[in-house]
Amino acid sequence: MISIIVFGPLLAAIIAGLGNRAIGNVPAKVITTGALFLSCVLSWPIFLSFLGGGAEPHVEQVFTWIRSGTFDAGWELRVDALTATMLVVVTTVSALVHLYSWGYMDEDPDQPRFFAYLSLFTFAMLMLVTANNLIQLFFGWEGVGLASYLLIGFWFKKPSANAAAIKAFVVNRVGDLGFMMGIFGVYLVFDTIDIPTILEAAPAMAGSTIGFLGGRFETMTVLCLLLFIGAMGKSAQLGLHTWLPDAMEGPTPVSALIHAATMVTAGVFMVCRLSPLFETSAVAMAVVTIVGAATCFFAATIGTCQTDIKRVIAYSTCSQLGYMFFAAGVGAYGAAMFHLLTHAFFKALLFLGAGSVIHAMHHEQDMRYYGGLRKQIPITFWTMMAGTLAITGVGIPFTEIGFAGFFSKDAILESAYAAGGNGTMAFYLGVFAALLTSFYSWRLMFLTFWGKPRWEQSEHIQHAVHDAHGHGHDDHHAHAAHGHEGHGDGTAGYHPHESGWVMLIPLIALSIGAVASGYAFYHSFVGPEEGAHFWAASTLFFNEHLMEAAHHVPAWVKLSPAIAMLLGLGIAWMAYMRHTDWPARFTAQFYLLYDFLLNKWYVDELYDRIFVRPAFWFGRLFWKGGDEGTIDRFGPDGAAVAVNAGGRVTRALQSGYLYSYALVMLIGLAAAATWAIMPK
Amino acid sequence: MNQLGFPILTLMLAIPMAGAIACLFVSAQSARWIALAATLADLLLGIVLWATFDQSVGAPVWQFQELQEGLFGRFSWALGIDGIALMLIMLTVFLMPICIGVSWESIQKRVGEYMAAFLFMEVLMIGVFAAQDIFLFYVFFEAGLIPMYLIIGIWGGADRVYASYKFFLYTLLGSVLMLIAMLWMTRDAGTTSIPVLMATDFDPAAQNWLWLAFFASFAVKMPMWPVHTWLPDAHVQAPTAGSVILAGVLLKMGGYGFIRFSLPMFPEASSHFAWLIFAFSMIAVVYTSLVALVQNDMKKLIAYSSVAHMAIVTVGLFAFNQQGLEGAMMVMLGHGLVSGALFMCVGIIYDRLHTREIDRYGGLAINMPRYAVLFLLFTMASIGLPGTSNFVGELLSLMGVYQVSSWVALICTTGIILGAAYMLYLYRRVVFGDLVKDDVKAMPDLSPREIALMVPLALVVLWMGVYPESFLSPMRANVASIVARTEAARPIGDAQIALSQQQKTVSHAEHGGESH
Repeated sequence: MISIIVFGPLLAAIIAGLGNRAIGNVPAKVITTGALFLSCVLSWPIFLSFLGGGAEPHVEQVFTWIRSGTFDAGWELRVDALTATMLVVVTTVSALVHLYSWGYMDEDPDQPRFFAYLSLFTFAMLMLVTANNLIQLFFGWEGVGLASYLLIGFWFKKPSANAAAIKAFVVNRVGDLGFMMGIFGVYLVFDTIDIPTILEAAPAMAGSTIGFLGGRFETMTVLCLLLFIGAMGKSAQLGLHTWLPDAMEGPTPVSALIHAATMVTAGVFMVCRLSPLFETSAVAMAVVTIVGAATCFFAATIGTCQTDIKRVIAYSTCSQLGYMFFAAGVGAYGAAMFHLLTHAFFKALLFLGAGSVIHAMHHEQDMRYYGGLRKQIPITFWTMMAGTLAITGVGIPFTEIGFAGFFSKDAILESAYAAGGNGTMAFYLGVFAALLTSFYSWRLMFLTFWGKPRWEQSEHIQHAVHDAHGHGHDDHHAHAAHGHEGHGDGTAGYHPHESGWVMLIPLIALSIGAVASGYAFYHSFVGPEEGAHFWAASTLFFNEHLMEAAHHVPAWVKLSPAIAMLLGLGIAWMAYMRHTDWPARFTAQFYLLYDFLLNKWYVDELYDRIFVRPAFWFGRLFWKGGDEGTIDRFGPDGAAVAVNAGGRVTRALQSGYLYSYALVMLIGLAAAATWAIMPK
Repeated sequence: MNQLGFPILTLMLAIPMAGAIACLFVSAQSARWIALAATLADLLLGIVLWATFDQSVGAPVWQFQELQEGLFGRFSWALGIDGIALMLIMLTVFLMPICIGVSWESIQKRVGEYMAAFLFMEVLMIGVFAAQDIFLFYVFFEAGLIPMYLIIGIWGGADRVYASYKFFLYTLLGSVLMLIAMLWMTRDAGTTSIPVLMATDFDPAAQNWLWLAFFASFAVKMPMWPVHTWLPDAHVQAPTAGSVILAGVLLKMGGYGFIRFSLPMFPEASSHFAWLIFAFSMIAVVYTSLVALVQNDMKKLIAYSSVAHMAIVTVGLFAFNQQGLEGAMMVMLGHGLVSGALFMCVGIIYDRLHTREIDRYGGLAINMPRYAVLFLLFTMASIGLPGTSNFVGELLSLMGVYQVSSWVALICTTGIILGAAYMLYLYRRVVFGDLVKDDVKAMPDLSPREIALMVPLALVVLWMGVYPESFLSPMRANVASIVARTEAARPIGDAQIALSQQQKTVSHAEHGGESH
């Protein structure tokens, strides 16, 4: 069964991809979407069987892959509680995204290719989550990277999309450098790359030291940190996050599937999968906590200032991944996986909802040109509302009534507080980030759905209106001047339409997840007893004492996320509903801070200065100065000059280049012959 | 004589030789067909060779041996292969028909001579890998330059004379030193048989000089930094098939030399000079990758990337362990296919637009979608994406060298970042973007002939990536015996894991640590 779940999408991708135009749009879409729904339908019973407590972890061998000496990596499909959780997340979101794309990509000329990439991605992701050894994990890891590269650059005519695709791949490769070094180290230390064997042997290696890059360090710290660098790349954590916002160049369904729900959570998954390994190194755990907490805060600050609807959600994703990491860092892996699950639903929902808005607004992505869409696209509005309530963690403290994020985010914050130490710092940053989360999420909602329409300032809308009125394309550049013509209600005469049902059904399905997944899985994932039982059927390290302590944190700790959420909502309401001049006054007053946030802490500029430009500069230096200026100049060309000078004498003997070669061959042969006849 | 009952290796040399002679005397079209038939016949024989190669436990190391003594003084016609040679012969016979196919239409000048040169080249390449007499090896090894020199010098681009001269000059110095070393060795050991020499223990002091002499030749062939500058020029000027065979097989002769001569014959010297190999390789990975990044000429870019990939081979070879050596071999095989395929990708669009300048292209995904798919596959293989041939090799090779030095592994692994950067940057500029240039718009997609040449390569690249066991298993025993031979000289790794609980330093027996 697991083989069908995993290889079905691959087969579908091959048929749709290679068949492409030969088989046509509809068959390609039917095959890929059908394969995904099949995988999805088969995955839920597996998950439920683990949830019910009846299933045991098992590994299905496919065939040998790489064997060399004691190194042995097979193609294997591992199914345990952790895999099962990821299976439902991946196949459910992927199936819904496939369906949604029927509507969203309807006008695209390259649909088979798009669906083939989506299915290929799903296959790679499933290989990643079913991996039983580090090399197959890496296969899935790189496979999703490839699919991500192809999908970000799907509209390959756009230079910005191509640049974003390369950036995503190369930045991820920086993380992969760490991952690969980690794999090498694991093999050196444990003599195997089989995950269960490593996890079993890990505690015995705690406290040992290893020589690495000339220094001596704790073995487990070195290994965990190297592997964590890989996780940071894939999950866009601070320092290696720069590719994620740019990845929004891809079509919106891609952002929902890859850059929100599944691929970017691979790093979290990896840390949870290897949690017994991370548990052996206090330093590594501290680093995971600090990086997670810092990212959670940092990305949320940037999210508050972005104007592109997808970029807001992208930074939000980055920030939510930070929550998952610091949860893992304090040892609350169950909470990390719980947030991963709920986040997959509500973040995919928010992205697909944003896609529906963008669809309705004729590809306009700037929220400054939205406004008042509540009435025009009501289903999109209400589903996005569910997503917003979920991400901001709306719920009634001390009860079990609330949206998905209420359960999972609070579980993370409470465990962080209960863990103490770095966890306390993570708790405070997390609560502050919850305030920011609430602020930027409601800001997005208010700017998009409330207020008066501001559509007339949008170039995209103007084009749509002009095209509809048969004006043609003669006035491309006149958007500012034309902005105020006509209607006076800010709509420019444009009428947004609600998306079709193929797009709305996935939104509604995900809304159910955003509303109910927290309540439904709370006890199984983080309950001290039920959690221990559920996660026992996996490699995840479940700390019952920590989860027990998390349930008994002081009341103010339990209340603080709710208060932060209300404060964020209040500020957003004041700034974007009540006093709409506040944002402008704020940015004028604190323009330095605003510029800093708007320009994303200038990280891209910094990297451009210290990595990209020097790479090209050194490349040219080595080429012109090294190869041509030094090696060739003093090597062959220098020899040529010398030979020319001395060669005038022997010119008579040498008629051409070929001849000179033959001469040397002759000398060589003569030497051999001389030797052959020589007495010994 | 051998398990087949007929001298298959001699036959594999004789067929292309006869074909080469025949090509000189017939019309252009007949020459093409003769060349194709001869190379396909050799491919078929290669498959027989692979299928009948005995991989069972306790199988003889050297198989299909042939010995004809006293033919030329102290030379003997001694042929025979082990698993390592088998794989490289397979690479050769697989690439040759493709090379003939590539040249089918693009070569119109002196076709008979061209085909003869290629067939002669095949003879010499198979000879290098099959020779069991050190001088027979030398003759094949050095004579391989003649057809390549002619191919570049006659059918090459505008600057072919400079390139062929540079190619020759570089190789000259190394080969003279190697010949002297060979003369000394055979006098010292009293034999010219490679298998015997591989088991001979030379005086460690002498080993250093011998090692350096061989190194001079193999490093140029590889090519290693800083003696690599002949390669970009040779590639740029060579016709497409010439580049394919140069990158595909000729560069592998250096690696084969290291694995056949330097390591088993001079294990102490190899250990002694491993730092030199590591230093040059580390520089090569970073240096040539950065140079590749700024190239405007497609062929030069791929040529520089070859130097970086070959550096992964050399570090793997001098890791002195099973993973490193097998990884190095896999990189050689994978790179042979992938870089050959990439040069074909360049050749295909060169045939249409007659320029190698990257900026002249753009948007080919629109009018050449099939080309875009295949080019993407080979680009990803070159980057070492798991599931393709190069990943297996790079992983094992770097894993092997990590056991010796984490620094070397770290620096060389940066190749995966830089490789992605320059290859994706190339792919973006050629295939992505909008299709605006009129002459580029007019370029037709792959012809059936081109598809027939590219698809087998693509399939083998994936085969090697998904089930490399087919390729690793014939080499396993031979690599193990080289590892055993160099066991005593194996350098001490820098990991030196120390267990705290037992308050003592223990080594990791599997990985070459020393107890204190």
